[in-house]
Amino acid sequence: MPNIEVAGKSYETDEEGYLVNLADWNTDVANYMAQTENITMTDSHWEVVNFLREYFEEYQIAPAVRVLTKAIGKKLGAEKGNSEYLYGLFPYGPGKQACKIAGLPKPTGCI
Amino acid sequence: MADIVAPAYRTIPIIPALKPGAMEGKGPFVANDKIQEALGFPGQLVDDWHDRAIAKMGELLTKYRSFRVFMDACVHCGACTDKCHYFIGTQDPKNMPVARQDLLRSVYRRYFTLPGKLFPKLVGARDLTREVLDEWHNYYHQCSECRRCSVFCPYGIDTAEITMAARDILDAVGYGQKYSNEIIGKVHKIGNNLGLPGPALQDTLEGLEEDVKEDTGFDVRFPLDVKGAEVLLITPSADFFAEPHIDSLIGYAKVFHATGTSWTMSSVASEAGNFGLFIGNYEQMRKVALRIREAALELGVKRIVVGECGHAWRVAYSFWNTLSGVGSGADEVDRYAQMLQKQLDHRYRQPTHICEFTWDLIQRNALTFDKSANDKHIITFHDSCNVARGSRMGDLPGGQFEIPRNVIKAVANNFVEMAPNTTREQTFCCGGGGGLLTDDLMDLRVKGALPRMEVLQQVVDEHGVNFMAVICAICKTQFSKVMPIYGFDRKMVGGVHQLVSNAIQLGQK
Repeated sequence: MPNIEVAGKSYETDEEGYLVNLADWNTDVANYMAQTENITMTDSHWEVVNFLREYFEEYQIAPAVRVLTKAIGKKLGAEKGNSEYLYGLFPYGPGKQACKIAGLPKPTGCI
Repeated sequence: MADIVAPAYRTIPIIPALKPGAMEGKGPFVANDKIQEALGFPGQLVDDWHDRAIAKMGELLTKYRSFRVFMDACVHCGACTDKCHYFIGTQDPKNMPVARQDLLRSVYRRYFTLPGKLFPKLVGARDLTREVLDEWHNYYHQCSECRRCSVFCPYGIDTAEITMAARDILDAVGYGQKYSNEIIGKVHKIGNNLGLPGPALQDTLEGLEEDVKEDTGFDVRFPLDVKGAEVLLITPSADFFAEPHIDSLIGYAKVFHATGTSWTMSSVASEAGNFGLFIGNYEQMRKVALRIREAALELGVKRIVVGECGHAWRVAYSFWNTLSGVGSGADEVDRYAQMLQKQLDHRYRQPTHICEFTWDLIQRNALTFDKSANDKHIITFHDSCNVARGSRMGDLPGGQFEIPRNVIKAVANNFVEMAPNTTREQTFCCGGGGGLLTDDLMDLRVKGALPRMEVLQQVVDEHGVNFMAVICAICKTQFSKVMPIYGFDRKMVGGVHQLVSNAIQLGQK
């Protein structure tokens, strides 16, 4: 398995760059992952990433896109509670790209 | 992703110029030992892969008479060559269906026919080498098992079965595909392709009840694990998770609500999809299907209805009866299959496709629609390959083509067909079916979508089409992903029941 080096530490990732051990995650890793996805992390990005991690903690899976948009809408205002806003932040799709940065496993299936 | 560009539309849609070696490579990610062993396959490529691969091929030749016929019958007439979306999009001659089949057929000849054993060079027979094995892994993951080429084959060779056999052999020697095998493992462990555990499913469904209440004012329920319900809905787990899939799930729920149907979903069988079909492995396919039997027996349901999922409907329609006892024809000594067969109400078709279910209700005048709710859409319909070429719906031949179209026309005013040589049984694959809907095959997926995008562009230009309806979770995901690369809006694709959901009037009957 390939590894990434962040701030002098080595982390195991899978073929697509997702963290293998969820416990390895920290903000340095998140920033590094974002960089490889050509994303500059802003407060708005962190809000999504933090929500994903909280949800994962409770349910052991990333939230459905709809659950995510709803939660973001409730927290940050209705104008942000839509998939356009999320795609704006994570152009390759909030599900996969944001999960990667949040250190969560990649969602699989027909999605 | 950024460096993937859509191929140019062809000015005249004919056989493209050949680009030998265009798609040579390592193929999709190989499954690791954990993924492989969870399915009972060797963890990695075994030392005696050569002998085991030939033995497996021999086993398949004995087990599936069709496979041997397909190996022998091809006369290389070439009718299939330009019928494959991957060949059209990639221009790699090895993606001509006949050439892709010959990667396996040449090895079959060498080991299983007399001329091939004696004079291999004269009959195009070749030894199974590591290079050949790698080629199989690469090119048999450039076929979506859509069977369009088979429609044009004068001998009726089912190319998909050859791809499935190749993948079955690869799994048997420890050379599986990560995407499909990881997903099958999740179904065995958690119950669906996503790995969505029961509590998360419950939470998602409760959220949907709130949303629909907010939108419509009605208490539309999304029941889970309700014993004694009449209908068990088996739907692809993408319907719980992804856009636009979830809008169709809302549509099904509204249809059930509007007719007072008692229904439930199951946390044990929260997946219609069955990737066992894609990897050509009967045991895996059966194991996945048995979860549905378990849920149906446990919940005591009378009917099984299947949501919008292409290959699931093929498995359900064509194989569930003998695999699990949904429908007729279960093995007499299979006690639980017999039990289920007796439990289900055979006044209804078992299983029933959700489009059949809705269409029956429309014909009985049990639903009310405001068609103008869909007036913003000019709609076309993309036939999904496994529904079109691997199944049927309703009582009449061609029902799988007519019924979804009838439903669309009942709920919307503007409907336009795409070019006839690309619809119904001649439909083109979306480019992501058959276990190829994975990011590591994105280049292939974009190229494979070319023929569909070309004809979509025609109806967009000529009729202003702005919505392509489909009844397959894979098609929905694939199109939302690749259409922006062709310059279309990702929201142009959606489900048939998304349109039903827009137009249905609740509280009317």
